Amino acid sequence: MKVSTDTLRLAVPVASLLLLLAGVFYLQPRAMSYNGLNLLFNLAVPIALATIAQMLIMAVNDLDLSMGTFVSFVACVAATYLHDTPMLGVVILLAAVAAYALIGVIIYLRDLPSIVVTLGMSFVWAGLAVLILPAPGGTAPAWARAIMISKPPLMPMAIVASALLAVFAHLLIMRSSLGVLIRGVGGNQRSVQRAGWSIVAARAGAYALAASFAVCAGICLVGLTTSADANIALRYTLLSIAGVILGGGEFTGGRISPIGAVIGALTLTLAGSFLSFLRISPDWQIGAQGAILIIVLALRLLLNRLESKGGAL
Amino acid sequence: MPQPSPPAVLDVANATVRFGEVRALDDVSLSILPGECIGLVGHNGAGKSTIVSVINGGLTPQQGEIFSDGSRLAAYGIGVARGRGVRSVFQELSLCPNLSIIENTRIMHRTLGGFGWRNRARAIIAASLDLVFPGHGIDVSGKVGALSIAQRQMVEIAMAFSDAGHPPRLVILDEPTSSLDAGLAAQLLAHVRRFVATGGAVILISHMLNEILETASRIVVMKDGKIVAERGAGGFDHAGLVEAMGSVATHQAAIRRSTSALEPVMELSLPKGQPFRACKGEVVGLAGLGGHGQTRMLLALFDHHSPQWWPRRDPAVTFVAGDRRENGIFDLWSILKNMTVASLGDLSRRGVMNDASEAKRGADWKRRIEIRTPDMENSILSLSGGNQQKVLFARALSTRAPVVLMDDPMRGVDVGTKQEVYGMIRAEAEAGRTFVWYSTEMEEMQLCDRVYVFRNGAIVMELEGDAISEQNILRASFEGEAA
Repeated sequence: MKVSTDTLRLAVPVASLLLLLAGVFYLQPRAMSYNGLNLLFNLAVPIALATIAQMLIMAVNDLDLSMGTFVSFVACVAATYLHDTPMLGVVILLAAVAAYALIGVIIYLRDLPSIVVTLGMSFVWAGLAVLILPAPGGTAPAWARAIMISKPPLMPMAIVASALLAVFAHLLIMRSSLGVLIRGVGGNQRSVQRAGWSIVAARAGAYALAASFAVCAGICLVGLTTSADANIALRYTLLSIAGVILGGGEFTGGRISPIGAVIGALTLTLAGSFLSFLRISPDWQIGAQGAILIIVLALRLLLNRLESKGGAL
Repeated sequence: MPQPSPPAVLDVANATVRFGEVRALDDVSLSILPGECIGLVGHNGAGKSTIVSVINGGLTPQQGEIFSDGSRLAAYGIGVARGRGVRSVFQELSLCPNLSIIENTRIMHRTLGGFGWRNRARAIIAASLDLVFPGHGIDVSGKVGALSIAQRQMVEIAMAFSDAGHPPRLVILDEPTSSLDAGLAAQLLAHVRRFVATGGAVILISHMLNEILETASRIVVMKDGKIVAERGAGGFDHAGLVEAMGSVATHQAAIRRSTSALEPVMELSLPKGQPFRACKGEVVGLAGLGGHGQTRMLLALFDHHSPQWWPRRDPAVTFVAGDRRENGIFDLWSILKNMTVASLGDLSRRGVMNDASEAKRGADWKRRIEIRTPDMENSILSLSGGNQQKVLFARALSTRAPVVLMDDPMRGVDVGTKQEVYGMIRAEAEAGRTFVWYSTEMEEMQLCDRVYVFRNGAIVMELEGDAISEQNILRASFEGEAA
């Protein structure tokens, strides 16, 4: 048995993505083209970015329930300040990243449940978003729009961006010292502390990094939709959590996989399209999407059980 | 011939550590010289782990000073300790299971950063593993979580001895051989001798007394937070060491009853060692070092006698948890609710709670065990630790269960409360209740009618009546020819 457990963990999301893709191509062969793939996946890019953000929070054993409203808030800032007065927009987004780091520090120092704090923050971000953009509107910054509609050769933008994101996140989180530190905090905080590291700094770093990815998600989203709305990304909270779990991550213990998370986000996006191609009425789509999630996660559990039986422990 | 001794690697002077009412360390001084292996022995709660925490900077003593290389260190903490070359291998494994061995090396050595750190970390940890455990066969790029317990322990030990530009000078090994087999343990001890010969210092804590006797150049015996004996290598033999760990003071003679004639109410055969048996009206003690299977057996007893799916009308067993905050009290509830939660069935009719009878039961027990509070409706957290523990006892005793399982319930409880609870247990046992009592405190074992001593997950000795003595329990708890 020379298959590493990491490979095995990645197998489920990859297999489910390929299976769904095969289903879509079977139902709608015309999707098997440059434009078809782009249409299938372009909304997956912001979701994948938000999933990476959520994954960083989950790497330190926390959970972020404000992801959706935060991405919405960023989208609103991007469609207004970042477009009209870029300097001010950048300052606002930097302040938001700093706020995230601060939240991470407060959660650790006061020993608060992250779920409660981020749930509270979700109302703050939602309120700020409504203040900035009371009615849907705004304009995407031209550069964001240009990036999102660019047409690289060979592969559509959505695929290229997802692949780049997966590689970048993998290098950052799985290969760099910072990534090791963040995952170490999730795995055994006391031992990291005993080695003389500052847990406050590590947690602040994880939260700030997460916020940076979420900011990218918001800007990408506005680049795709051209305008924003205070409720534009509310679904992202649960989608990002589902994406992390689908991609082989765990809620606790610092076990995460950036590549898996990106694939998980793609799978979730594709599940929606697949159901549309099946002509399932929109009334049933959310339920059916839930069913797909349950099936995939059940597969994960089954593999986990095999793993623990075959493993050394 | 007075010889100018080299300055101590680390010198702890008059350290005192208190946890609430308990003095974990009482005016202890210990100096560790280079080229010395100190064997630290003592029973659970003797203060070994506390002094180790003080030395590695994890715990700041309320009183006392720490010197290193002849100069006093004012602000001593984990960072300073590591800077001075102090490394620890802890009893509970302390690697990140989700990271690879290389990544764990990166965490342990803060200075290892920069481009290409993976290769450097790989070289460092592989060299150390090869040095300590030749022929170890561990792949350093694998995840720690995938290793066996023994392999994790090996990696952790190698990590402590590894050198990333900052050589280790004092390595603390807390039960390092507990999960290693004899061959690996011999390799480790050989390395300890080599390390000491080159001027390093080691503190070795082990309940394998032979290891201590063979390896240590000086043996320090602790008891009740104090150092009670300290001699050079040849100063102790096995029996002398066991004796030194025991207490000098005599205990009150407990009133014990012979219970051989009573009918057993509970029996459990364990996978190895002797079977367990408890009779009506008996106080059965579970002794031995912590973590040798006592808690696991209590949980097995509980699972065995309580249905998993649907609560029974007449509970067979009830449980008093030792770790109050973890699995004893409900933080947000009142004292009364905390007390009555185990017997809601008795206090309700057709599924509706009867407030009057609940209040009456509360008042009754408040008087009987003297819970010091003006109002039972106050929050449970308004009570002191000892009184919280009394509430947990009242919770268990107010049920109708004939058997009470107790998982080291007196942790962190003051002496006065302990005496009150001892009295209650005795009285309830006279009335026909059975108690199964795990405790790490010798004194409490003296109160039992019969004691099972655990070692490595099995009952290795059954003591009854006057045979229950600290000497006998210690002898059975520590391996060796004396057992």
